[in-house]
Amino acid sequence: MARINMVQALNMALGSEMKRDDRVVILGEDVGRDGGVFRVTEGFQEQFGSERVIDTPISESAIVGMAIGMAAYGLLPVAEIQFLGFSYAAFDQLFVHAARLRSRSRSRYNCPMVVRTPYGGGIKAPELHEESSEAFFCHMPGIKVVVPSGPYTAKGLLLAAIRDPDPVLFLEPTRLYRLIKEEVPDGEYTIPLGKARVVREGGDLTVIAWGSMLERVMKAVERYNAEVIDLLTLNPFDAVAVLASVKKTGRVVIVHEAPRTCGFGAEIAATVAEQGIMDLRAPILRVTAPDVPVPLSKLFDYYIPSIEQITAAIDEVLRY
Amino acid sequence: MPNDILATFTVRRLTILNENGNVDDALMPVLSETEIRRMYELMILTRTFDERAQALQREGRLGTYPSTLGQEAAQIGSALALHHSDWVFPSFREMGVQLTLGYPIHRLLQYWSGDERGQVSPENFNIFPMCLSVGTHIPHAVGAAMAARYRRDPVVVVAYFGDGATSKGDFHEGFNLAGVFRLPVVFICQNNQWAISVPLKGQTASASLAQKAIGFGFEGVQVDGNDVFAVHRAATEAIEKARSGGGATFIECLTYRMADHTTADDASRYRSPDDVAIWRAKDPIMRLERFMDLRGMLKDGYVEQTKTFATSTIDEAVRTMEAIPPPLTAEMFDHTCAVLNPRQVRQREGG
Ligand SMILES: Cc1ncc(C[n+]2csc(CCOP(=O)(O)OP(=O)(O)O)c2C)c(N)n1
Ligand SMILES: [Mg+2]
Repeated sequence: MARINMVQALNMALGSEMKRDDRVVILGEDVGRDGGVFRVTEGFQEQFGSERVIDTPISESAIVGMAIGMAAYGLLPVAEIQFLGFSYAAFDQLFVHAARLRSRSRSRYNCPMVVRTPYGGGIKAPELHEESSEAFFCHMPGIKVVVPSGPYTAKGLLLAAIRDPDPVLFLEPTRLYRLIKEEVPDGEYTIPLGKARVVREGGDLTVIAWGSMLERVMKAVERYNAEVIDLLTLNPFDAVAVLASVKKTGRVVIVHEAPRTCGFGAEIAATVAEQGIMDLRAPILRVTAPDVPVPLSKLFDYYIPSIEQITAAIDEVLRY
Repeated sequence: MPNDILATFTVRRLTILNENGNVDDALMPVLSETEIRRMYELMILTRTFDERAQALQREGRLGTYPSTLGQEAAQIGSALALHHSDWVFPSFREMGVQLTLGYPIHRLLQYWSGDERGQVSPENFNIFPMCLSVGTHIPHAVGAAMAARYRRDPVVVVAYFGDGATSKGDFHEGFNLAGVFRLPVVFICQNNQWAISVPLKGQTASASLAQKAIGFGFEGVQVDGNDVFAVHRAATEAIEKARSGGGATFIECLTYRMADHTTADDASRYRSPDDVAIWRAKDPIMRLERFMDLRGMLKDGYVEQTKTFATSTIDEAVRTMEAIPPPLTAEMFDHTCAVLNPRQVRQREGG
């Protein structure tokens, strides 16, 4: 056990998996010599060599495309896209190929790769470095979308993602990279994909969040009898855990950093409406960013859901 | 014969001004003393801007900032070849280009302070917003060139990008279209030999970037990017060729990124100070100064006056920038679409 931050936890997970399994290779921009712009792959090129830790040219489409080829051949590539905002060039490879290789070849080929990428805002970075477009990727049947919320979940989920037989998009909340330290076991452990965790028990309402919003939600709920669910995997999301909590509380607030329209909150709300409406005592509320492009730092605080907006939504559902 | 040679090619490399300040007279473009002074003054202005921006970043008054240090000749030499009606598609490290074209200095600072309003280019300019997504603006330049030709406008379009951008699909797709349609576009690559921590040889196995153009059916030329005269000559020729219907040209300006990638980077992790020292000796401003000195152009405290003027110009811009009231929340909504949808209207009002 050591108290470490998320960058260290991810580094630990990747390092131990590379030692355990020589099929694991890392590729991406600046992942080698520089150890990644956030240092997640620090030290690996010296340790494992440049055949396993590959500094690529700036070619997002080919990074993901190559990872697909490597995975189909039998390796376990962990590709890094430097920021989620630069993954869009690889959309074609993800949606047209990674998501469908198994289906198109009727499981003759599969694609056991992980695409890791920093996502989300709050780091005062330039344009396109603070995107939260997770919902796009949840609309790609065949790809899992995973979002850790701290060092402990980061390690366990990354190990599970690498060992998963299908493609996983692994979104690392940039704001949390060095913000939180947690006790993380030295040895291997996995956190199953598709399972949420209840991080706080409560009876009056259920607040659902993921990634960096979880940290904010935990501050917002301090004086409420709120149950908080950290989804961890967005696709497939743990509807069982969500519905069980709603059955208990009857009130739901969903918080995400992405814009509202077609954000992942809509999928959760629809599921609760379909399968849990009889348990509801209040309208389902979403606290989200507005429907605008992610602004630069001077406006970012107005963009990202604030603690006040979260508590206002909580107060609102508690009126019922 | 079944085994004929189908094509051979050569790639030119142009240098005019050497490190001692001497020029090749046969290649030297015709430039008046005033024009040469203007080059020098803009290079000093760019460097002064850059030093100030880095200092402001350290004080927390600007966000992450990418330095232009060492790339002044490539930027000023090429931008001075443009006409006012030409269109420019910059990446994020071309502040010297914007300064040359007369973009308001305080707006450049405003942008790097984290305020989108700094991207508003003045009405009488055709400068696109800086493109942070590497290389993705190259097809836009090609499209604008297509439109200019459709309108029969005597307009040339210039796209600026780095060596790393040549690895993007957008580079290859854009270049291909420029070749196929023989468009009035000039591609200017500042090959500063680094893309964050990846050196040029990690970006391409090609002996030069310039030769990539040949595969797309147009000319590529490498110029000494620290030689403002060579850059200016190559850019002028390419722009005039494009204007007269001769199609696209690719200019590779071979230069060096003297600073860290951005203020968020630490280049000492991946490159040796010895390499940087080699390039410090090739400083583009020093080279031009030597040339001017040999011609007696630096007399009467000219260098000091130029630097003092640049400093006061930047001081003024910093004051202007810092006097701008912070953006209101509505700002974030108002330019999303010509007409906001009902949901955006509600959100804008805080609902
Ligand atoms: C599509 C895309 N991928 C990755 C990045 C992250 N990134 C920012 S600058 C940079 C290197 C760019 O190198 P180059 O094109 O040579 O330009 P330079 O920084 O040297 O001016 C990278 C990888 C980005 N901005 N856009
Ligand atoms: Mg470069």
